[in-house]
Amino acid sequence: MKNRLKVLRAERNWTQAQLADALEVSRQTVNAIETGKFDPSLPLAFKVARLFELSIEEIFQD
Amino acid sequence: MNNLIAEPGNWTDRLKKNTIRLGYWTAAWVITLAIAAFGPRFIWDYASLPSIFALQVNLAAGVGWILANKQNLRDLDDLQQKIQLEATALSLSVGVVAGLGYELLEDSHLIGFQPEISHLVILMSLAYGMGVFTGNRRYK
Repeated sequence: MKNRLKVLRAERNWTQAQLADALEVSRQTVNAIETGKFDPSLPLAFKVARLFELSIEEIFQD
Repeated sequence: MNNLIAEPGNWTDRLKKNTIRLGYWTAAWVITLAIAAFGPRFIWDYASLPSIFALQVNLAAGVGWILANKQNLRDLDDLQQKIQLEATALSLSVGVVAGLGYELLEDSHLIGFQPEISHLVILMSLAYGMGVFTGNRRYK
């Protein structure tokens, strides 16, 4: 699954650690999602979407 | 960042607390196990009452360890839970396959000594450690 997490994070000048803190996950998890190694669960995807004030589809694509 | 963001450090503080609690319960379980295992021989000369008490204390510490482990797993994030799940599955599979195979070796008289449960625990621990290590490497 592709995603725009890295781009969205960069647009806001957030570090992976800041994003991880905001989502209550480890920095390793943020990195794994950004590099496409790991697909988040639905609750985590919702959390990401709420944080960036976007819909899930605008962040994650098949 | 907007107000949806969690208080910085809350989650990591909780994880740290869980890890420390798990460490204490693990230590308590290991110590009470050692007392229950060696006490009859070295301390109370196989008297029944102290042995039963030591076993009960060990079981209680074991229950505490299980609950602490459960809480720790519940508070991990998605990826960490996945890594733990895969490592636990590997450990369990290796334990069942190797444990039964080991027992068959003895039943078939292919080994001349009695299989020990401690050998299986060591093998399962190694499999679990390997699972966590490879999981962390995979998602690095």
